[in-house]
Formats: sequence, structure tokens, C-alpha cells
Amino acid sequence: MRSRAGMFEPSVAGVSDVRDYWLLLKPNVMSLVVVSAAAGLFLAPGYVHPVLALTALLCIAVAAGAAAAINNGYDADIDRIMPRTRRRPTATGRISPEEAMAFGVTLAAMSVMVMGLALNWLAAALLALTVAFYVFVYTVWLKRRTPQNIVIGGAAGALPPVVGWAAVTGELGLAPLVLFLIIFTWTPPHFWALALYRAQDYAAAGVPMLPVVAGAESTRRHILVYTAILAPLALAPVALGFAGPLYGAVALALGAGFLVLAARLWRDRSQHTAMRTFRFSIIYLFGLFGALVLDKAMSIGGAPW
Amino acid sequence: MSAEDQRRRRRSKNIALAVVLAGLAALFYLITLVKLGVPAP
Repeated sequence: MRSRAGMFEPSVAGVSDVRDYWLLLKPNVMSLVVVSAAAGLFLAPGYVHPVLALTALLCIAVAAGAAAAINNGYDADIDRIMPRTRRRPTATGRISPEEAMAFGVTLAAMSVMVMGLALNWLAAALLALTVAFYVFVYTVWLKRRTPQNIVIGGAAGALPPVVGWAAVTGELGLAPLVLFLIIFTWTPPHFWALALYRAQDYAAAGVPMLPVVAGAESTRRHILVYTAILAPLALAPVALGFAGPLYGAVALALGAGFLVLAARLWRDRSQHTAMRTFRFSIIYLFGLFGALVLDKAMSIGGAPW
Repeated sequence: MSAEDQRRRRRSKNIALAVVLAGLAALFYLITLVKLGVPAP
């Protein structure tokens, strides 16, 4: 990985505090990862001791944070340009890019090793794949080259429920694949809604997000198409029998809400609706996977352990 | 930033690191008990 240290202002080393390292892990993203991984863990058949279940969740959360820290280190040059990201510790220089990447690599290695030793090596390998995919495929390769960056790169964000499932069972299955597909399909409309709102920032930073390359009209159409695929796909867990009516009702209501917003965005072309769609997409994923966990817990009268 | 402020930040980072390491030691201890099949305390 090439060093980008030369692109930065004089070092302000020594001014970082604990909160800077916490922010480096992108805690908001981490919370979504934990909820989706918990769904994979909960849905998986079989028993796992609560200590090991919490260890698996901790490893997945830390690995997600590690990937974010490496991403922050690598992207510090463009993060300084965009208002949304220019207060990140690596963009302000409170933490150097090299330190952020070293921090991320250390956390990633630790979380993969602990996952392998405490749970199993399939889960550890999938966790390593998740971090490697996010760093090398998304951050280094695709992000600055193609508007399909977040479509393909979204695979990294879709893997946590698969890792959670593998941590319990030691194998793969249809259910985690469906959860993977749901997050994979959710990712593009989620990021494109944000990119519509922040198109000028991305253009200034030279990141070829869809609104920058193909225009807002095409992006709104893409968001609508992906949401139209996502809403029925989110009902697959009910159709395949691994989720019950509670999840089905939540998926139906949230899917209808997301579709209405995507259709409104396509029609009224407002920045305000783009931001509302972005915010709703976060509620959508939290709600969907939260309902999945709740539904499973209710069906067995408690947690799987 | 004053020297005192820098010292305070360094101290808070040291404390955070100590907490993380202690938490890690406790986690490894619990994992070992579970793996050995010993009832956790």
C-alpha cells in the first residue's frame, strides 16, 4: 500500500486522544454490523456458549472497526476535501494515516486470531475475507475508479451475518446467503441517496460516485430499481421458513416505506428527499435485522443458548 | 496545546490501553474456562 504521508499538513502528533481512536473505528457503521451479525448468530441452528457468542460479536465489531481505521488512513487525502469527512482524526492530522493503518491492521489480526481460536477457523477466514475485501477491493481498487464501487464493495458489508452464522455452525447455509443478499441489495440505494445529497463533495474529491458520473436522474432511477428488488427480497426469510410473521410484518412495512421514499425521490428530485431516503435506509436495516432477532427469540422463548 | 494538556491526553490513552488489556485478559480467561468445560465463576 503506497504511503500518502507526503500529502498532509505538518504533523500535529501528540494531540490525539482516546475519542479520536474510537472515531477512527466508525462506531455508527460498527453498530449496523453488530446488529446484522447478531441476526446471523441468532438464526443459526445449534448451541453456542454465551461467552463465545459475545466473543464472536466482539471480534466481528472490532474487525469492522479495523477495516474502517485502515480505510480512514488510506482515504485521509480525500476525506480532507469533503465537509462530511474532514473532521475525521486522520483528515485533521490528529492521527497520522500510517498510525491509523497500523492500528487497523493490529485490530484486524487480533480479531481474526481470537475468532479462530475461540469459535472456528471458517468464521475466522470469512472475517479476514471481509476486512481484506473492504480494504483491497473497495478502498484501494474500486472506490476511486468506478461508480460501481459501492455495489461490488458492498459485499464486505454484507458478510457479517454470514460470519455470525459460521461462528455457530462452522459451515455455510441458505439462510446466511439470503441475509447477505439483502444487505448487498440494500447497500447501493443507501449510499447513492447519500451521494445525491453530497454529489458536489464527491466530485470535488474526485470520487466517481454514480451521481457524479451518470447524473442525478440516472441515480434516482437506480435507487428505485434496487429498492424495488430489495423490498420483496427482504420477505425471502419468511418464504424460506427461517423467519416468522413478526419479521414478515416489519419487512413488509419497512419495504413499503422505503419504496414510497424511493418513488418520491425519483419524482420530486429534491435534496431533502435524498437525505430522508438515506436516513430511512439506516432505520430500514436496523429494523429488519432487529425484527429478525426478536422474531427468532420469540419463536424459541429466549436466546438460542 | 500546553504541555500539561498533552500529558493529560497521554495519561488518558494509557488508562484506556490498560482497560483494554485487562478486558482482553478477562476475556481469554473466560474463553479458556468455557473451552475446558469448567463452569464460569
